[in-house]
Amino acid sequence: MSEHWRLIIDVALCENCGNCQLAAKDEYVGNDFPGYSAPHPLRGAETFRIERFVRGEGSQIDVAYVPRMCNHCADAPCIKAAPDVIRRREDGIVLIDPKRAHGRSDLVAACPYGAIGWNAELQLPQNWIFDAHLIDLGWKQPRCEQVCPTGAIASAKLDDEGFARVKREQGLEDWSPGLNTRPNVVYKNLHRAKSRAIFGSIVKEDQGVQDCAAGARVRLLRDGAALREQVSDDFGDFKFDGLEPGGGPYQMTVEHESGRAKVEIGELAASVALGIIQLR
Amino acid sequence: MKRLILRTILLALTPMLRNAAKKPALAREMARFNCVVQVKLMDQSIARHYVFQGGRVSGRTGLHSAPDVVIAFKDIETALALLNPDPDMAEVVHCAKNFKVVMTGRSELQVWFSQLVNKINNARLQMGVPQPDGTVRLTTVTNGGPLFVYVRNGKIVRVTPIDFDKSDPPSWTIKARGKSFTPLRRGTVAPHAMAIKSVVYSDKRILHPMKRVDFDPDGARNPQSRGISGYERISWDEALDIVAKEIVRQKRVHGPGSIFIPMSSHHQWGNVGYYLSALMRFGNLIGFTRMAANPDSWEGWYWGAQHHYGNSMRVGISGNYGTVEDCLKETDLIVFWSSDPESTNGAYMGFEGTQRRLWAKQLGIEFVHIDPHFNATAQLLGGKWFPIRPTTDPALALAIMYVWVMEGTYDKDYVARNTTGFDEWRDYLLGTSDGAPKTPEWQEDETGLPAKDVRALARKWASRKTYLSPGTGGSGFGGACRGATGAQWARSMILMMAMQGWGKPGVNMGNLQAGTPVDLAFYFPGYADGGISGDLQWTANAVNNYQRMPHVLTMNPVRQMIPRQQFPDAILNGQASGYLWDGSASEVQFAPFTYPMPGYSPIHMIYRYGGSFFSTLTDSSRMIEAYRHESIEFIVNQSIFLEGEVQFADVILPACTSLERYDIGEWGSGGGYLPHGFNALNHRVIALQHKCVEPLGESKSDYQIFTEILNRLGLGAMFTEGCTELDWCKRVFKSSDVAKHISWKQFCKKGYFVVPAERDEMREAVNMRWFAEGRPKDVPEAMPLPSQYAKEFGKGLSTPSGKIEFLPEILKRADPNNAERPVLNKYIAAWEGPRNVELAKKFPLQMIATHSRYSFHTSADGKNSFINDLAEHRTMVDGHYYWIVRLSAEDARSRGVDRGDLVKVFNERGAVICAADVSPMVARGVVKSYESSAEYQPRVIDGETVDIGGCMNLLTSSRSQMKGTSSMSPNSCLVEIKKWAGRAA
Repeated sequence: MSEHWRLIIDVALCENCGNCQLAAKDEYVGNDFPGYSAPHPLRGAETFRIERFVRGEGSQIDVAYVPRMCNHCADAPCIKAAPDVIRRREDGIVLIDPKRAHGRSDLVAACPYGAIGWNAELQLPQNWIFDAHLIDLGWKQPRCEQVCPTGAIASAKLDDEGFARVKREQGLEDWSPGLNTRPNVVYKNLHRAKSRAIFGSIVKEDQGVQDCAAGARVRLLRDGAALREQVSDDFGDFKFDGLEPGGGPYQMTVEHESGRAKVEIGELAASVALGIIQLR
Repeated sequence: MKRLILRTILLALTPMLRNAAKKPALAREMARFNCVVQVKLMDQSIARHYVFQGGRVSGRTGLHSAPDVVIAFKDIETALALLNPDPDMAEVVHCAKNFKVVMTGRSELQVWFSQLVNKINNARLQMGVPQPDGTVRLTTVTNGGPLFVYVRNGKIVRVTPIDFDKSDPPSWTIKARGKSFTPLRRGTVAPHAMAIKSVVYSDKRILHPMKRVDFDPDGARNPQSRGISGYERISWDEALDIVAKEIVRQKRVHGPGSIFIPMSSHHQWGNVGYYLSALMRFGNLIGFTRMAANPDSWEGWYWGAQHHYGNSMRVGISGNYGTVEDCLKETDLIVFWSSDPESTNGAYMGFEGTQRRLWAKQLGIEFVHIDPHFNATAQLLGGKWFPIRPTTDPALALAIMYVWVMEGTYDKDYVARNTTGFDEWRDYLLGTSDGAPKTPEWQEDETGLPAKDVRALARKWASRKTYLSPGTGGSGFGGACRGATGAQWARSMILMMAMQGWGKPGVNMGNLQAGTPVDLAFYFPGYADGGISGDLQWTANAVNNYQRMPHVLTMNPVRQMIPRQQFPDAILNGQASGYLWDGSASEVQFAPFTYPMPGYSPIHMIYRYGGSFFSTLTDSSRMIEAYRHESIEFIVNQSIFLEGEVQFADVILPACTSLERYDIGEWGSGGGYLPHGFNALNHRVIALQHKCVEPLGESKSDYQIFTEILNRLGLGAMFTEGCTELDWCKRVFKSSDVAKHISWKQFCKKGYFVVPAERDEMREAVNMRWFAEGRPKDVPEAMPLPSQYAKEFGKGLSTPSGKIEFLPEILKRADPNNAERPVLNKYIAAWEGPRNVELAKKFPLQMIATHSRYSFHTSADGKNSFINDLAEHRTMVDGHYYWIVRLSAEDARSRGVDRGDLVKVFNERGAVICAADVSPMVARGVVKSYESSAEYQPRVIDGETVDIGGCMNLLTSSRSQMKGTSSMSPNSCLVEIKKWAGRAA
């Protein structure tokens, strides 16, 4: 089975430094790589971008960043839309032919991930080509991986079986599984961006003085059945992560040596910051 | 015999020159002048002259009747020493300084001939490594790290971080809690480094010399229309003639002091082209009024903290030796306080600290973040966020210390042995002396933080081994030290450390940003070590560089100075006064200086060099009026980009970037400003900064511009010492320990050198451990000055008592009655902040404009840089890139503002149009932005002047933090925000 290039991105390690996006601009803006890619414009055809996801409120929040680019899909909708213009190489890299693609602005919309940019100057649809021209010169990894300071981006050349195994073992997810395009860019810790979280802070009161209730047992229930349990930290804080959007309604119970609390939580349209939960 | 050798050398020079002329570049160089160069002994006993005509050269023995250049040696030994192809530069410089060799003739020809001989030698060097795709891989160093630069056909194709190869030395390993940690074999770089290609090819590059259309050096100068009237292209000769003539005129008409050189820091990297190098040498040769910089990123530490514990030579911040290993092995908790190393990269260090902080996370070390902004470090590492109101940090510190006293959880033994004045301090905390106990409840009104969280933090901190990280570097730099309460805060940080046993295992200052086990003794000069300046007074040249790289010393005869933050006031009011940033001892800062200084002329000419700094000066619109003031007869701006205040110049000289000229430098090495600063890196990297491409347009290197001006003043040879920039690079290289490991030839080819890590058994001791354990100082820190020790050299701190002083004796002696900097570090609410009730009614939001995340100072921002397209740097609206302000959802909602909307940020000082970012990542009541936009773009819209460039310092106060200091305070600033309906650009 042939080996294809894959990109594994750990959302928990992306800190939005922008280096991957900048490396893509450095490589493609103004540079012509005949047979691979025509020069990208200085701006306007961003083939690499980073999306931000913020959850929570008040002092309890978290933020995730997700680098987005061409997924080099095995079942690429863009190729279906223009098989004579876009091809997938033996090694899985999807290339848009810079000659044949002239004028094909329709192909921008062919990508359900929004990963094809439009070069207005050259009238060309353009994607991030996995630095195929450099890989062919013997470079061991694409530039986005090399410039990433946290190791959030890792490339691998794997056959389908190996890829499936890695995905399973590391809990890797597609950006949008419903699209069924068999993308070769997959994400670790994607729940940081896509799932809902419940934040809260437990407070005890003794003779009129409020203090953080550390060590409280916090249970999350649905229909009376316990789903998860957590122990509040030194600041009385807890966070239930990885909850399904729209899931619920939930109930929460808190037990601590100095009291108890119960909270009703509706369906999770968005993440919820419960703020202070007073023990009684 | 010696005479014969000399005659032979002189004979051989002609064929050598002819042979060199076979290379087209050298042939062109040789053809630049027709002239006669006479070389001789002063007693005329040996003489030969060389006739250059139409690119050909002929040599004749004997004296020429009218030579253009004469090189005369005192004796045969001098001649032989100097004509050696690899001369002992100490001898050369000695001979030059003592008139044993004298060069006369037109300066331009002297420089040309000397450089020609050097260029012949340099032509043999191979620069860079050819690649399979036809590019050549060269190297450079930037403010954000070292880079490979791939060049083809005279154009930069790409830049990448440097991956180390097998021939580079092995990396260090730290073992902690059963795990081994070894850094990536790579230099990690900051975003502004990754964007450098777009900066080099920016459409804001100035490609030709220019003159303001209504500026006539011999007639009407029209200073009032600076920034209004446009420019016309002129030739280099015309531009340089104007500047040179004006220098002469200024000296003749006004006398010394009338020329002012306000420089900016860090617009480019490198030991030769830097302002403390070539600019200083140039300035000293003409004489100039100096701009006295304030310790802008250290304010509270310099003016406050150091008086409690010394460290004046580190501008009041702590050292960090051995702390990476200590922290990973011992610590439970890191408290980041106004500390965001993921945004500011410890200044120049790329993401070197990031990997180490991720190790800490792996080890289960916990984190706390005290900052009005849920900053990038908090985002990456997680941990409890304390969204504190700006400028109220000292109140939080007091409340934490109050809990420690009340609960008896401070290190009583340490306090008894290693500190003085604790009883008075304790009484203040408890309210015994002023009736106000500094309880967690007391601080709630100030900081906005719940008392319960403060108590929990105080308890956690005291019960765990804790590293305190104030500022980006882990012990200073930026943040809360740059507000009205900056000194109070920095002072509190030191006192907290004193109460928790500073120096004991796992108890120190830092955030893993610095203190790696690199080799500290391997010598390579940092950027503040003087470079080629010859200046022994205002650089760290005298410490090492002047001995290691002998060069002719230079001195500025003008003692007059203008404090940087009062640059406009000095012009508009004709006077200014300030206090010195001088770290030699803690007492130096108390003596004021005034402008104008008796005996010197007030300033009438401004020579602006470097990057735009308009946006880094508080209340910056003052500068507009100053630039238009009639007393300023001439402004020349030597700049790479047409941005910021360049538009106020009379003559603009186009400089090139460091990728278009030779330089040499070590990543992250500040030398005197930042002793051992490279220990923030995982590997020390020293690189030749290749001339990657030819200067764009007609631009020239700063060095070349200075040379050509000084040629017109007869000082070219003095300035250059006959060297090209590449020759200076070689002199720097040879002065360093790199030359012991790699040849100059190899270095030019490979481009970089990685310094072998310190051997495991030689790793240095931990910062302050010696102090905690009552031993003599054992870290390799050549400070304080020997005279500053209280008792015996090497024992104790440089405070009068040798201990940490809760009530500093230095303040008692030198400034006992300063209500704004009291001896007892009591809480005084910010003079611009929520307690300023009247002002806060009109302008209810507190703005902090911190060091920017993606750009560095003003480099890489604006100017069509790739950085502009990063979503969190600028936002494009209607074709214009707006600077970003971040505000809370509540504050946005009440003002009808959504993410991406244009807003007017304003107060009585000015108005800036920005794009809004709305999120819960900013505390309510806070506006978070960055300073240092490169652009200043004032527009009159609907009768109101607004800036659309993003110059947030238009809004900040120019007031000093405290009386008796020259300290900026941009992070205490009240503003209001309104949705902007006006038309954009």
